[in-house]
Amino acid sequence: MISVGIQRAVRLGIRSLLLHKLRSALTTLGVLFGVSSVIAMLAIGEGASEEAQEQIRRLGSQNVILRSVKPNEENASSGARVLTFGLTHEDYDRIVNTFPGVKGAVPIREIPDEVRHGQIEITPRVLCTTPDYLRVTGREMSRGRFISEVDEETIANVCVLGHETARELFPLKDPLDERVRIGADYFRVVGTLLPRVRLMGDAAEAGSEVTGEIFIPRSTGSSWWGEMLARRRAGSFDMQEIDYHEIIVDVGDQDNVLFVANACREMLARNHKTRDYEIVVPLELMLRREETKRIFNIVLGSIAGISLLVGGIGIMNVMLATVTERTREIGIRRALGAKRRHIVTQFLVETVVLSVGGGLLGIVLGLIIPTAIEHFANMRTIVTPDAPIFAFMISAGIGVIFGIYPAWRAANMDPVEALRHE
Amino acid sequence: MTNNGDSSIVAELEAVSRVYQMGETRVEALADFSFQFQQGDYWAIMGSSGSGKSTLLNLLGCLDRPTSGRYLVRGTDVDELDDDDLSDLRSRELGFIFQSYNLIPQLDLLENILVPILYQDNPDPGAEDRARTLAERVGLGDRIHHLPSELSGGQQQRAAIARALINDPALILADEATGNLDTQTGQEILELFDELHAEGKTILLVTHEPEVGDRAEHVMRLSDGRIESVVRKGDKS
Repeated sequence: MISVGIQRAVRLGIRSLLLHKLRSALTTLGVLFGVSSVIAMLAIGEGASEEAQEQIRRLGSQNVILRSVKPNEENASSGARVLTFGLTHEDYDRIVNTFPGVKGAVPIREIPDEVRHGQIEITPRVLCTTPDYLRVTGREMSRGRFISEVDEETIANVCVLGHETARELFPLKDPLDERVRIGADYFRVVGTLLPRVRLMGDAAEAGSEVTGEIFIPRSTGSSWWGEMLARRRAGSFDMQEIDYHEIIVDVGDQDNVLFVANACREMLARNHKTRDYEIVVPLELMLRREETKRIFNIVLGSIAGISLLVGGIGIMNVMLATVTERTREIGIRRALGAKRRHIVTQFLVETVVLSVGGGLLGIVLGLIIPTAIEHFANMRTIVTPDAPIFAFMISAGIGVIFGIYPAWRAANMDPVEALRHE
Repeated sequence: MTNNGDSSIVAELEAVSRVYQMGETRVEALADFSFQFQQGDYWAIMGSSGSGKSTLLNLLGCLDRPTSGRYLVRGTDVDELDDDDLSDLRSRELGFIFQSYNLIPQLDLLENILVPILYQDNPDPGAEDRARTLAERVGLGDRIHHLPSELSGGQQQRAAIARALINDPALILADEATGNLDTQTGQEILELFDELHAEGKTILLVTHEPEVGDRAEHVMRLSDGRIESVVRKGDKS
C-alpha cells in the first residue's frame, strides 16, 4: 500500500515537474555536475593510486631492500686508493641466520665490466645473484630458465639476459644458447627476462635508470672477479671493495615487514660507522601512498562535495519559488482534505525526483568522463562499484535535506490565506 | 447517504465569533453567531463584502477556527480536533466549490475529481467508478482525461462540482460558484444545484447576486458579522 502511494506520488511529482521542463532541467544540472565530478574525481584518484600501488607492489611488498651507497664524506676516501664500503657478508649472514621472520635473502653484486657479442659491446649492469632472485622480486622469464642451484654450485659460466640487454646484443637472432663475453670470459645464455616494469616516484629513486641487466651466478662472479672491483673512470682506476651492492630480504609475511625493516635498520646502524647503505621498504612506501591517497581523495571529495552543495542549494531555491508559485494549489489541496504530511510528501518527492534525476544523469556522465580521460589523457582511472552507489545516495540525500524546508513552508501555509493567493 | 439518525442538524454554530487582529485594530468579522443548518437545506448566504460571509464560509469549511464559541459538524466539536483531524473531516464531510473552479492544473479531470479521496486514510476502492459516474452526471463523461486548461469555465465548474460530490459530503459549500460564468452557464450550474437539492443534499451557497440567491430554498443576509435577516421559503421552518 505504501509503495503504491509512493509510486503515485513520484508519478505525480514527475508530472508537476514536466509542467516546467526547462526549469526542471536547469535545476538538475547542479546535482548532475556535482555527482559526475564526484565519480570522476574518485575514479581518477583511485586510478592514480592503484597505479602507484602496483609499481610499489612489484618491488615486493614483502621485501626489505638494502643497498650500498657510496658515502659522501670526501675526506674518508680522498687518500685511499681502495674504497671499502657498503653491505658486507657479515650483514648478509646476520640477516639470514639470526633475524626471526626472515624467509631468505637475495644478495646482488654488481660487476663493472663490459659485455660483448660479436661486434656489439655494451655496458649493462652485470649482476651476480642467487636463484632466489626471480621468486623474491617476482620477475618473470621470457624464455629459457633463470640461474639454478646447480649453476651456483658448479660455478657455471651461464648468464640470463634482461629484456633490454637481449635486444641490444641479439637484435636479429635468438639469444638462447648463444655465448656472450663478460670481461674476459664467455658465458652461455640460458634465459631471458621479461622487461621490468618501469618505476616512478619514490620507487624510481630506489630503483635504477640503467637500461640493461645481465645476471650470472653469485659463485661465478666471486671466482672470476674476486673481492676487488676496478672501475675505470676518467682514465684512472678507481678500486672499490664492496661485498654486496644490494640485499633483498624476503620476509614472507607482510605483517613482519616493518619489524624486520626496523631490525635491519638497527643492525646496520650498529655495524656501520658511516652511512654507506640505504634501506627501502616498499611496504612503507605503500602505506605512505595509502595515506597520501586518503588525503588526496578527501581533497577531491570536498571539492566535488562543494559542487553538490551548490547544486542542492539551487534545487532548494527553485523549490521555494515553486512553493510560492503554487500557493493556491496548496490551498486547494488543504481545503480538499490534504493533511500537512501529504503536502510535505508531495514537495519532498518532487525535490527528490529532481535531485535523483540529476544524480542518475550525473552517474552516466560520471562514468563517461573517466573513460574519456583514459582515452585522451592516457591516465589510468578506476570506477569502483560503490562510487555510483555512493553518488546516488548522496543525490537522494540532497533532495531530502534541501527539500525539507520548502516542503515545510508549503505545509504550514494557512489554508485560507493560500486559497486567497492569486 | 449516511445520516447518523438522531439529529438532522448538519452544522451547528453556537455563539461563534471570529476576531482578526490587524495591528492595533480588532476586527470582528463574525460576532456571536448562532445558527443551525438542517439536513437537506439549500441556503443562499448573502451580504455585501465585509459582511462576514467569507469568514462564515471558512469556519463552516473547517479551514478556520472560531475565536470563541462552538462549531459542530454532525455533532463533532471542531475545537476538539487537531489539524490532521480537521483535514480528515474536510476530506470526508465537506465539498468545496470555488468561484475560480480551483482545479489542479497538472491533473486530468478524473484525477481532479478524485483528489479528496486521495487524502483519505482508508479510501473507498470504488471511488474511481464513482468519479466516472459523477463525470457522466455533470455531462463530462467524454472529457475525463482532459486537463482543466482544455475545458471551458462552465465545464471546469461542473468538474469541480463532481469533485465536491465524490466523498458524499454532509455539507456542500459553494463560494460565488457562478461568479466567473456567463448567465447561461451560470444557470446550468444553478440547475445542477437544484437537482442536488432535490436529492436531499445540504448546500450553502455564498453569493452577492440576488438572482442567484432567489434560486435557493432559504436566504440568509449578513451584515457586519451578524445575521441581518433570514427568509425561509416553502414549508420548512
